[in-house]
Amino acid sequence: MSILIDEHTRVIVQGITGRDGSFHAEAMLEYGTKVVGGVTPGKGGRTVGAIPVFDTVDDAVAKTGAECSVVFVPAAFAPDAIREAADSGISLVVCITEGIPVLRMVDLYHELKDKGVRLIGPNCPGIISPGKCKVGIMPGEIHRPGGVGVISRSGTLTYEVVYDLTERSLGQSTCVGIGGDPIVGTGYVELLELFEKDEKTDAIVLIGEIGGEAEEEAASFIKTSVHKKVVAFISGRTAPPGKRMGHAGAIISAGTGGAEAKVAALRDAGVVVVDRPDQIPDEL
Amino acid sequence: MVKGQVLTGGRGKAGAIKVVSSQAEAESAAEKILGMSVKGFIVEKALVTERLDIKAEYYAAITVDRRAKAAILIISAAGGMDIEQIAEEKPEKIRRFVMPADNDEALRKWLAESFEDRGLLDQAFQIAQNIYRLFREKDCSLVEINPLAVTAQRRLIAADAKIVFDDSGVPQHPELAELRNADEYTADEIEAREAGLSFVSLSGEIGCMVNGAGLAMATMDCIKLAGGRAANFLDVGGSSNPQKVLDAMRILLRNEQLKVILVNIFGGITRCDDVAQGILWAREQLGITLPIVIRLIGTNGKKGRDMLGKAGLIATRRMGDAIDQAVACSGGGSL
Repeated sequence: MSILIDEHTRVIVQGITGRDGSFHAEAMLEYGTKVVGGVTPGKGGRTVGAIPVFDTVDDAVAKTGAECSVVFVPAAFAPDAIREAADSGISLVVCITEGIPVLRMVDLYHELKDKGVRLIGPNCPGIISPGKCKVGIMPGEIHRPGGVGVISRSGTLTYEVVYDLTERSLGQSTCVGIGGDPIVGTGYVELLELFEKDEKTDAIVLIGEIGGEAEEEAASFIKTSVHKKVVAFISGRTAPPGKRMGHAGAIISAGTGGAEAKVAALRDAGVVVVDRPDQIPDEL
Repeated sequence: MVKGQVLTGGRGKAGAIKVVSSQAEAESAAEKILGMSVKGFIVEKALVTERLDIKAEYYAAITVDRRAKAAILIISAAGGMDIEQIAEEKPEKIRRFVMPADNDEALRKWLAESFEDRGLLDQAFQIAQNIYRLFREKDCSLVEINPLAVTAQRRLIAADAKIVFDDSGVPQHPELAELRNADEYTADEIEAREAGLSFVSLSGEIGCMVNGAGLAMATMDCIKLAGGRAANFLDVGGSSNPQKVLDAMRILLRNEQLKVILVNIFGGITRCDDVAQGILWAREQLGITLPIVIRLIGTNGKKGRDMLGKAGLIATRRMGDAIDQAVACSGGGSL
């Protein structure tokens, strides 16, 4: 099994005619994902490779029965694209786009919760259930099916960790990039809960970074409600305070968000926290 | 009063705030203040303002609470000191309210616990609504009034304020870009931002070019564990473009302390052939004499490594190997 997506998931790509959207639509298709359509307003009727393009999500859902959408739309239009997906019967939206203002996300977060629509991201690499389905931009070939669940705020650092896992024959059930922004649609806790329930997930890798208190929240949840083994790595231990380190959410400010507090909270919850990403396979 | 305007605290102690009682005194105070340095910041502007007879000081702010996933209004009766200090010394005095209020009455009722006097409450209510509007309209991450002063005449005055804007909101508010204070950033950081790169200057010798913020931070952390020192944080960004790699290389090379360049790329949305192209352009156009250690895998990885190989550059597949090699080149570590 896996969480969120599997071989049956029907996916559409919003922003499919852009440079990144078209490249990754075809890469997902090639991986085996059921990419059933794409959406770019005004370009309905065209195709990208073999994928039909629609003008609206409504139209795409009606014609293809899609339940999942991946958003490559530029930041200025991405919140409306997510809203359109949510209003058209899509139940899982994955937003790759970086640079959405935090206050737009605050509004969107509560709107989507009210509608019962799950959002992964924004500013994330997406989700992959190896061997079954890839909804995102990660290189598919580094993954292999198995029993490790991976949750991360980062993109490329997740690939790094997965690469090491696969080299050591530790396959993955599902890998989820939750996004590097201060406010994301789905956090560690909800995914820990799903992995804890998933029968095919034996252990969980949590990749965190400086900024905010999401890792501390995850630690308190693990302490009470996760019985599977959790191994963690926290990025940014040498980051200077007060500087935004690439991700909008990665900043140590007003005395909070530092790596040491996160490491301490996770260790207190019984999580093995390693110093280098390549030590993760040793602990599983 | 004549108050020097700089983006740092401690102005009073530095002598950049003076009390005056005539035009002549104001002129001479301004002459002294303008051009003086406060914690390395040169005073270029001064504000002439009414002297307040302050009876009490509050702290008021609106910011985004990541846990509540909402904007929150923060009020403390212990104003005047900074919020970290209040949090440490008088945490019980900090009150938080999730915005927007369901209705005006709920906000008034909440404020009434901090502002008992009816006159002050009316003013506080108006201020809370105004700063929330500013916060929303200009996509702020912080609007802070500290101190929010109570004068002898029972007026509430914003005696000092600080506003932080969300970088992601700036494209929609181009007027805000003009307010950016150049002194806060190094020349390299400013050039990097203009090139669409995320860059932070550090003090070591290993110039880093990495894709993705998490991996870039992890690279810095692992360099330190291996006994070396990173010269910078640099995320070449999500989108794939050889020009960005060239720009990044140009910015790295401005740092004269550099002994080696470490390129650590794990392609996803970034395609390794684009990165290889950028590195080759950089070598052609910038005359690089420093050693370059390259780690290149992921999307189109083989194509990228082959392009570099043909040009006589070796790219490794493992991050640990690349880091050890770079640390050795920088003269640090155990190798």
